[in-house]
Amino acid sequence: MSNITMFIDQVMRYSYLQQALIAAILVGIICGVIGCFIILRGMALMGDAISHAVLPGVVIAYMIGVSFFIGATITGVLTALAIGYVSQNSRIKDDSAIGIMFTAAFALGIVLITGLRGTGVDLWHILFGNVLAVSRSDLMVTVGIGAFVLLMIIIFYRPLLLSTFDPVMAKATGVPVQLVHYLLMLLLSLVTVASLKTVGIVLVVAMLITPGATAYLLTDRLPVMLGLSALFGVIAAIGGMYYSVIYDVASGASIVLVASVLFGLAFFFSPKQGVITRKWRAKKVQRA
Amino acid sequence: MKKVIEVESLSVFYENNQAVKDISFQAEKGRLIGIVGPNGAGKSTLIKAILGLEKAQGKVRVLGEKVNDVRKQISYVPQRNQIDWDFPVLVEDVVMMGRFTHIPWYKKAGKKDLEIVIESLEKVGMLEYRKRQIGELSGGQQQRVFIARALAQHADLFFLDEPFVGIDVTSEEIIINLLREIKNEGKTVFVVHHDLSKVEQYFDELLLINKELVEYGEVKNVYKPDILSKTYKGSITLFGNDENIMVVSE
Repeated sequence: MSNITMFIDQVMRYSYLQQALIAAILVGIICGVIGCFIILRGMALMGDAISHAVLPGVVIAYMIGVSFFIGATITGVLTALAIGYVSQNSRIKDDSAIGIMFTAAFALGIVLITGLRGTGVDLWHILFGNVLAVSRSDLMVTVGIGAFVLLMIIIFYRPLLLSTFDPVMAKATGVPVQLVHYLLMLLLSLVTVASLKTVGIVLVVAMLITPGATAYLLTDRLPVMLGLSALFGVIAAIGGMYYSVIYDVASGASIVLVASVLFGLAFFFSPKQGVITRKWRAKKVQRA
Repeated sequence: MKKVIEVESLSVFYENNQAVKDISFQAEKGRLIGIVGPNGAGKSTLIKAILGLEKAQGKVRVLGEKVNDVRKQISYVPQRNQIDWDFPVLVEDVVMMGRFTHIPWYKKAGKKDLEIVIESLEKVGMLEYRKRQIGELSGGQQQRVFIARALAQHADLFFLDEPFVGIDVTSEEIIINLLREIKNEGKTVFVVHHDLSKVEQYFDELLLINKELVEYGEVKNVYKPDILSKTYKGSITLFGNDENIMVVSE
């Protein structure tokens, strides 16, 4: 109990911790919401790909002195387009195209970063996050991206739902399914940028997939799934920050671990889908 | 009579084969049309090509316009195996999707939309299941929900891809009766169908294809042994005469 009061006390006292916590909570919400669509579209690998593909954008933006969020968005979307182009214009299937393009982008980013040695771009921080270094302007970027992403989801909720659930019917009735796909890729790039400081490029996929998957095991309705997923993202953010502060361990990884534990609980004990709950119910039926 | 569909030398090419070969036909309003042929005859591909969902060569007019200009009037029911039945939507959510073409992007679904959803579910006899997740239903019930979605769309043209595959007799009866009702309202219904039994009772017209168009016309004129065996090229055996055909498929 004293640990918790200590955590609260520290958050109250240090403004950098407040900023870190707010950024982590925002990231939990937007990753959770976007992640639901990624899961339902079977695009977990794509989520991983786009998040890695922002790396060269971040480095190039740093080199030419523009906001890293512009560079990251551009390389993220370019990679999504390149993946679509390769899989549509050759016999290479989607997952292979994803594997080729994102590793290429990621490798380019690493080559650039190692060429820039001593310039202050810290590869480790981009890869794994450094939430305690969230500046005021970083927080503003995250707030802006978060508001934009949520607004787009609200506006395009119906086309997103329909093109995810039944793409052929969506196309037949005039939903621009391809455009919706690239909109989602744009949002995915933005979410990755927003998550850069908090969990980093490598672990952001966990924040996209794990809370959404947890929610998926607990509900049969998409709006509820979106809400639960965001909630689990927030719980992971706060819980992860708590462990990070109290035990002085990496914050991004702590956040991801809390999300993973939540998933484990849902996997075994979800009222309807849980592995153990189902066994237990089957036994009850047998006895009756 | 006004033509609702005009297709002129429509072809679909895949990498090294041709799925649809040079098909031309014109369909009239208020008809229930079966698209019939063996497996791999390009039946689904044909409707997707008509709807502009598949790269195709040739000319298509739908309701006298380019298909892109009349999409809101088109209702499409996919094959059951195209759907992720674990998707987190309830029966009523699926039917509401039929209303999406009518709701402007800045508005929420209104009371009228909900009424139409309920009315459509009532028509297919699925109202009591409205709060169920779609994966909890039987195959026939799932198909009825998708029919309800098509009804809720208030479209003029209906395309159904193999709606009778793997469903129970009750559902099949409910669906065919509804399709007849829709047709009697002056709408046009296309049904992809591969099973020859009941074809005579179900449809007004048949479009018999095996990559190319074999025959198109009134059921009584085209449901003939020579035409059927030409369509199915030996994959079925026919008994009887012109008036009374018995089909044994492999």
